[in-house]
Amino acid sequence: MHVVLVIAAAFAASTVEMVEALTIVLAVGTTRGWRSAGWGVAAALAALTVIIAALGPALSTIPIDALRLFVGTLLLIFGLQWLRKAVLRASGLKDKHDEEAIYAAEVALLQSHVPRPAHDWYAFTVAFKGVFLEGLEVAFIVVTIGGTQHSVGLAALGAALALFVVLVAGIIVHQPLARVPENTLKFGVGVMLTAFGTFWSAEGAGVSWPGSDAALLCVVVFVLLLSFGLVELLRRSGVRGSLAGSQ
Amino acid sequence: MSKLRRFGRFWYDFIVGDDWIVAAAVVAAVVATTLLAHHGRNPWILMPLAVTATLGLSVRRVAIRARRERRSGGS
Repeated sequence: MHVVLVIAAAFAASTVEMVEALTIVLAVGTTRGWRSAGWGVAAALAALTVIIAALGPALSTIPIDALRLFVGTLLLIFGLQWLRKAVLRASGLKDKHDEEAIYAAEVALLQSHVPRPAHDWYAFTVAFKGVFLEGLEVAFIVVTIGGTQHSVGLAALGAALALFVVLVAGIIVHQPLARVPENTLKFGVGVMLTAFGTFWSAEGAGVSWPGSDAALLCVVVFVLLLSFGLVELLRRSGVRGSLAGSQ
Repeated sequence: MSKLRRFGRFWYDFIVGDDWIVAAAVVAAVVATTLLAHHGRNPWILMPLAVTATLGLSVRRVAIRARRERRSGGS
């Protein structure tokens, strides 16, 4: 019974963290391209491997709240910038056909045989941060649940099962996501990054969310409703037309 | 443009983006939340409120600018 409980606890807790990482990677990979997002994931996994191998059970000494504060604040700034543009596009204040212009530029670039920009640092950084932070949290879960029960191996097995399930889910979800219109997807990414950033930065600052991790779902719904509300308000105000400049 | 300026510009564009007020407001909200949390409060509502105000004000500024541009274009 003890074996099952340790594996189940590590599996459940790790699944929550891994789904958070998967959401960010899927969002960034689908909108910004898989290559740089993939490098971000690989770099985060490499960094995690080095840290876990070097620290082992001493992992619990890492100031996870400071890391949450830093990562959460940056994600929130990125997310709000992204969401701001998405709201402006959806309300007609920013040209939706930006994507067509970008596509035309991409085609021209390919036809001119000029080497494509080697790296999208934005996609790399966001994917790296998401996987690194969540990966560290999974490592903490394994050390904490396994350590208290003197069965780190069983807890690691639970986390490995969670990784398998989440990876399969990611592969299944990845194809349908690619068919979602780009503007809609970007709106969704803005909502997710803003929600995760809000949740993590507050947690890192020392806040205890009511309902613990379940509060993240409420924050996602809140940001979604806020964004729809702003789009509706802007539409009703009757201001239309693309602005000059990058705004 | 010197390499140093280009380097600075890259990081500014990367982190701050189009509207510096968004970044400044987020940092201010995080600082306020940290201070309150370390004085025995649990200000979980502060970050959602800051997000609402920041996003609302940022898109409002663009709407006002668009209205001005439309008026000056029409006159």
